[in-house]
Amino acid sequence: MVLIILLVFIYPLIAVIRNSFYSGSISNLSFIGTANYVNLLRDEVFVHAILNNIKLLLTVPITTAISLSAALILYENIRGWKLYRVILFLPYIIPAAVVGLSFSYLLQGNGILNTALRNLHLNFAALDWIGSTTLSIYSIGAVIIWSQFGFGVVVLTASLLSLPTEVSEAALVDGATRWQRQRFVIIPQIKETVQFLMVLQAITALAWVFPYIYTITKGGPANSSMVMDLYIWQYGFSLGAVGMASAAAVYLLLLSGVLIFIYSRMRKRQSDI
Amino acid sequence: MRKLFGSTYRHAFLIILSLASVYPVWFIFQTSLKTNKEYLLNPLALPLHPVLSNFKETFTSFPVAHWALNSVIIAIFSVAGAMFIALLASYAMVFSKMRGVNFLLSTNIALMVIPPVTLVIPMFMLMVNLHLINTLPSVIIFYIGLFVPFSVFFLTNFMKSVPYELIEAAKIDGLTPFAILRRIVVPLSSAALFTLMLVNIIYAWNELLIALVFLQQQESRTLMSGLSLFQGRYSINQPLVMAGAFVSVLPILLMYIFGQRFFVKGMMAGIGK
Repeated sequence: MVLIILLVFIYPLIAVIRNSFYSGSISNLSFIGTANYVNLLRDEVFVHAILNNIKLLLTVPITTAISLSAALILYENIRGWKLYRVILFLPYIIPAAVVGLSFSYLLQGNGILNTALRNLHLNFAALDWIGSTTLSIYSIGAVIIWSQFGFGVVVLTASLLSLPTEVSEAALVDGATRWQRQRFVIIPQIKETVQFLMVLQAITALAWVFPYIYTITKGGPANSSMVMDLYIWQYGFSLGAVGMASAAAVYLLLLSGVLIFIYSRMRKRQSDI
Repeated sequence: MRKLFGSTYRHAFLIILSLASVYPVWFIFQTSLKTNKEYLLNPLALPLHPVLSNFKETFTSFPVAHWALNSVIIAIFSVAGAMFIALLASYAMVFSKMRGVNFLLSTNIALMVIPPVTLVIPMFMLMVNLHLINTLPSVIIFYIGLFVPFSVFFLTNFMKSVPYELIEAAKIDGLTPFAILRRIVVPLSSAALFTLMLVNIIYAWNELLIALVFLQQQESRTLMSGLSLFQGRYSINQPLVMAGAFVSVLPILLMYIFGQRFFVKGMMAGIGK
């Protein structure tokens, strides 16, 4: 285990930090200090990419709210819960690239959604979802919510089912309403899972949206839906600017680090209480 | 009366969510059965004259069968490798009572949240130097590394619930640590192991960025990276692209449907509270 971790995590992390201080191609690197970091912050496209990733973080609370509501309803053994469960887990197994492909056909200017809206004579609502510079990143956010909420339902359902039922039953005997039981009895018991899930989703929104963007907009139109991982890929592999791409990767690492720091502080404060 | 209203509400929520979950998948399937001409005239409704010609063309236009084989090989070897390493490591961490286990486990969580995209460039350069680029092992090694942290997290969570007395009793009976693992821990963990396998296979099958970058020759591609070629070449023949998409999700879909019963049970074991 130690070997594979060294090979796949530790070595690349060291190399990416080292490369971020160099410029040139893979075979011919020269040391340029922190110039890459400075240039990145001067690059409008990169700054825009960071802002887009931060916008995509908005999907985290929405996704979690949907997953949690669905999991809580399923937990009550509502009629047909078995079928619902099979269906609601479905988006989780569909590959992001396939999700992106099909949604690009659903959402494009003359796509399925707009055709349906026009058939319903709702022409004003038939917007250019992925072809407009202002809308595209939000449309991608919606696609990410679709694709991620199933995972939340899976994890939260599993977490709910492994709770002891006595506590909730005791609350029922004490005359607590459904809302009170959920709010004060059930949710506090799965709080840690919810937080953990949110961290995973936040990391996805920050650093793992490449397959969606690559298949839906390729970062366009006019770089309006550029995100950090697409930027790293473009500079590293299409343009061969290893140093710039590495410095962008370090920025991304720092951002994820901030997230993890907040999360661990939250965990610590809870365990102190 | 109020109860009835409440449950209608919740059913409505689940039904809308279910329709939203199913429709994009259904759209892929129904579109793949239309000719391009029918799709242009009738993008929304069911195919009036379903045809299989798109599937035939999928397999003849690109080496799709070969890509599928690559995806299968990569999934099998990366998941088997990662789970073998993770099983031994988790077993050692949970039952051997060695020092520094907590430190290892928190390091493990930190590894889980490192964005893979930050590791891609150094790993690419490494694989170029090892002459492994465009070969399946390059991707298999990378995936093994990426799967190990989550697998260790999942398995240690589960193994903590295995009563320690059971292990001690087996020790007193003279079983070697390896025999305890094979004859007691593995059989007890079958649901958790199965679910973990499914989760990892889904990841391996669906991953796009690494597959796209590391396997660039026509013959070495995976289904996911191949599919992105479809999108480029057949931008005016969407039913054909959807046929390719359907072919690429079908194996995962079948596995999910048949494994459904164990899936939630295994998730409970591995994620728990």
